[in-house]
Amino acid sequence: MSNTAETTAASTAETAAGTAGTASTTGIEAGASRPPVDSVEVAMATPDKEQPYAALGLKPDEYEQIKAILGRRPTSGELAMYSVMWSEHCSYKSSKIYLKQFGSKTTEKMRKNLMVGIGENAGVVDVGEGWAVTFKVESHNHPSYIEPFQGAATGVGGIVRDIISMGARPVAVMDQLRFGAIDNPDTARVVHGVVGGISFYANCLGLPNIGGETYFDAVYQGNPLVNALAVGVLRHEDIHLANASGAGNKVVLFGARTGGDGIGGASILASDTFDAKGPTKRPAVQVGDPFAEKVLIECCLELFREKLVEGIQDLGAAGISCATSELASNGDGGMYIELDKVLLRDPSLNAEEILMSESQERMMAVVTPEKLDAFLAVVAKWDVETSVLGEVTDTGRLIIDWRGEQIVNVEPRTVAVDGPVYDRPVAYPTWIDKLQADTAAVLPRATDPEELRAQTLTLLGSANLASKSWITDQYDRYVMGNTALSFPDDGGMIRVDEESGLGFAIATDANGRYCQLDPYHGAQLALAEAYRNVAVTGAVPAAVTDCLNFGSPENPEVMWQFSQAVAGLSDGCLELEIPVTGGNVSFYNQTGTAPIHPTPVVGVLGVIDDVARRIPSGWQDEGNNIYLLGVTKTELDGSAWAGTIHDHLGGRPPVVDLGREAALAGLLHAGAMQSLLASAHDLSDGGLAQALSEAVMRFGVGARVWLEELMLRDGVDLTTALFSESTGRVIVSVPREDDVKFMGLCEGRDYPVLRIGVTDKLDAALDIQGLFHIGLAELLGAHRATLPERFGETVA
Amino acid sequence: MAPRIGVVTFPGSLDDRDAQRAVRLVGAEAVPLWHGDHDLHGVDAIILPGGFSYGDYLRAGAIASLSPIMSEVIDAAGAGMPVLGICNGFQMLAEAHLLPGGLIRNDHGNFICRDQRLRVENTSTAWTSAFADGAEITIPLKNGEGGFIASADTIARLEGEGLVAFRYLEVNPNGSMNDIAGLTNPAGNVVGLMPHPEHAVEEGFGPDTSSAMRSGTDGLLLFTSALHSLLARA
Repeated sequence: MSNTAETTAASTAETAAGTAGTASTTGIEAGASRPPVDSVEVAMATPDKEQPYAALGLKPDEYEQIKAILGRRPTSGELAMYSVMWSEHCSYKSSKIYLKQFGSKTTEKMRKNLMVGIGENAGVVDVGEGWAVTFKVESHNHPSYIEPFQGAATGVGGIVRDIISMGARPVAVMDQLRFGAIDNPDTARVVHGVVGGISFYANCLGLPNIGGETYFDAVYQGNPLVNALAVGVLRHEDIHLANASGAGNKVVLFGARTGGDGIGGASILASDTFDAKGPTKRPAVQVGDPFAEKVLIECCLELFREKLVEGIQDLGAAGISCATSELASNGDGGMYIELDKVLLRDPSLNAEEILMSESQERMMAVVTPEKLDAFLAVVAKWDVETSVLGEVTDTGRLIIDWRGEQIVNVEPRTVAVDGPVYDRPVAYPTWIDKLQADTAAVLPRATDPEELRAQTLTLLGSANLASKSWITDQYDRYVMGNTALSFPDDGGMIRVDEESGLGFAIATDANGRYCQLDPYHGAQLALAEAYRNVAVTGAVPAAVTDCLNFGSPENPEVMWQFSQAVAGLSDGCLELEIPVTGGNVSFYNQTGTAPIHPTPVVGVLGVIDDVARRIPSGWQDEGNNIYLLGVTKTELDGSAWAGTIHDHLGGRPPVVDLGREAALAGLLHAGAMQSLLASAHDLSDGGLAQALSEAVMRFGVGARVWLEELMLRDGVDLTTALFSESTGRVIVSVPREDDVKFMGLCEGRDYPVLRIGVTDKLDAALDIQGLFHIGLAELLGAHRATLPERFGETVA
Repeated sequence: MAPRIGVVTFPGSLDDRDAQRAVRLVGAEAVPLWHGDHDLHGVDAIILPGGFSYGDYLRAGAIASLSPIMSEVIDAAGAGMPVLGICNGFQMLAEAHLLPGGLIRNDHGNFICRDQRLRVENTSTAWTSAFADGAEITIPLKNGEGGFIASADTIARLEGEGLVAFRYLEVNPNGSMNDIAGLTNPAGNVVGLMPHPEHAVEEGFGPDTSSAMRSGTDGLLLFTSALHSLLARA
């Protein structure tokens, strides 16, 4: 198999090792014998040896910094470790100074239920009754463009291992996908690969996929976004952390063997753009084996149950380099490893490759000597291969030996924690004033009923608003038997406790178009929508995770977008008083020099005391009143209507009022507790017309709707009433006998409410009185045809 | 004493705990069994659950059908013990030749998850006796390799002898011959099907029905059937 990128990484490392020895010319004849080892001793003796730091992604000053830390040149092994751990992907060197805001902008209330915050593998939230939930979203964008199937599959695998490392049983996944234009021929390649990869991996793991997002936009053509989110549940006392404490405790590597896949994936893939002329980087993508991971999950849970591990860390980006240096940094600070003990899939791997390999389905644990036999018995039961690599020490140094020679001797914090930090130049984009001045308010608005009907159907079938069942039908949503809500409802919901019914809801959102217009408010709009999507399920929003997808941090305008988005999101979380518990930053998302729209994916987790109280997104009963909560304004800038009908992006996104969102969430929760709401559905992309259509299609029960009072009260025209994307709005259906109570609830909380229709079981249609009538079959036809037309028919 | 129904966990089993829950919900005792043991722990019936045992390597169910416990399962099945194979479990039963035919990649090539309409074609088996003749039910289906195939002779025999236990209605989701969703052996104690009855046993977590979201519990009757046949025997 051709293996260009891998050979590049490998050959540079070989060069490093080779020239350190005596005569590199003998390398070929000596091919079968062992290459010389670039030990610490050799490094001290050959201070001036040239090292390929630039090819490994390090800047000259970063290389100098490493030499200053060590007081000598790094060995090739140390260089490999520093280069991956100091990459943007692992060190957050461009984002760190901004991300601090998520920790500093907090209140006592926000910290109260946060059991583990930012910095660990995933945040942990107390959900009551002795239960905790851990969740996180991460990107796997670049690998998924190069090799969509494996890239997406291992994205799921990686985030699930983060959840296991916290001591939790993974219970759900969801994915946030952004593809290029739906009619671009390359899009189908990426869509088939990504969806197939997620389906393959998560289905084999036995994790229900309960939601997510899929958007198509030409800005993602050469750089799709594949974000993967996983959720786990655990008892409070079961929390595990990634630290190596207790001198003499054993350091154990278990799971799959270490191979040549994904070498340099973290530093090279995540810090590079796709250059049409560059070498192919395909083999640098990791290959996943979900069966190995499923066995690893059950094995780890049994190890936790039997209390056999002191600390645990999954192996993801930067593999053994990351796991050893992070475990040591978070513990007593010292660790001794014999690298020869690593079980290899490919015996020809050299030390640098073993340190950098990103082979999947591996975990590293710290085990006390007394418990080692019991530990080995459990891994043997699950047929999981295991080797003891070394032990925790009190030297304060991470020391790694290879073939009897010391090849790494570093202070672990300098690798894992105290990497470079950049305050990158920030520049207000030259184009943004002009973009914001170009409002959609001046676009022609239809008044003719036929045209409005046609626009409703066009939006319903547009790539971004069309049914995503072509994708979601390839995911198992039933496994584990605890799924209380999943697509197409606004949020996913999982029962945590089978006795009490305690559960959580989760929803994610990001609107790149809004963020392009205004990244500060765009990020808050993503937060507001995810928050609202959780609230409409009847759950109480409790915590946030984020995956911040942006262009190159070396572009000052992108850095401005990033700084704005982080400020907006952290201010928003402070106002709503829900903490950010963890997440991920993905930079360099661009093709050539054109960055993607800023895409800060925000995930909100909510808690519900009994999932039996959950609220569907559509109505099922006859004669229920349909109410619109919230106010409709002329907010068409950045809307689906502007984009789909007029191919327009400009102006300023809808105003976000987080105080109102909190009030709305409180109202919905009170309604759910009193069982007043037969359904609740969030208004967002596509506005009221889209929300009503979806609520009709959910169970095939019709609605008769009137808009006159709405137009009169809010002073808006028909187009605005149907397609505006004003925030803080939800449609609910209420049984007639609960009308008085419901109206009292809205009045008591001073939230604007208007009866706009009634459900109709006899006429399965969206009937907007005096305007148009669309039968269920036509709604479904428009909504469901779009993806199969592009990507192939599936089962009806 | 409540009948004891064993659920075998293989490496890669996914719906084992769901099957145990279904067993408990009808009032039987669920007994976890381990694939590597040669011990049925005195159970009265056995369920081979869904999942991707051994990663579906070689062929779905092929490696699991050779697991240590399968020799006891095959003996027990021969002696008349009720055995139910769900999805991957059905694939194992076919690989172990307890049921005829085989399961291949879905004709459309994709994994498919949907609420599937079925007709119960044979209500005289240990796992279907509680259904009314010709009952139509909706339970979740989720598989990548659910296409049932068999030789023309075998198909003719299955049809002629009434050994088709479940048949797909409305939509054939995977290209199965004769819309076959599940089979029984002639004795009626061994039943296998691709759809998942254990995912339609609890209101709030099953398929949607016309009356309420996720309220479908049509799968319960398979487990009730087994309970009844075991109690009748006792």
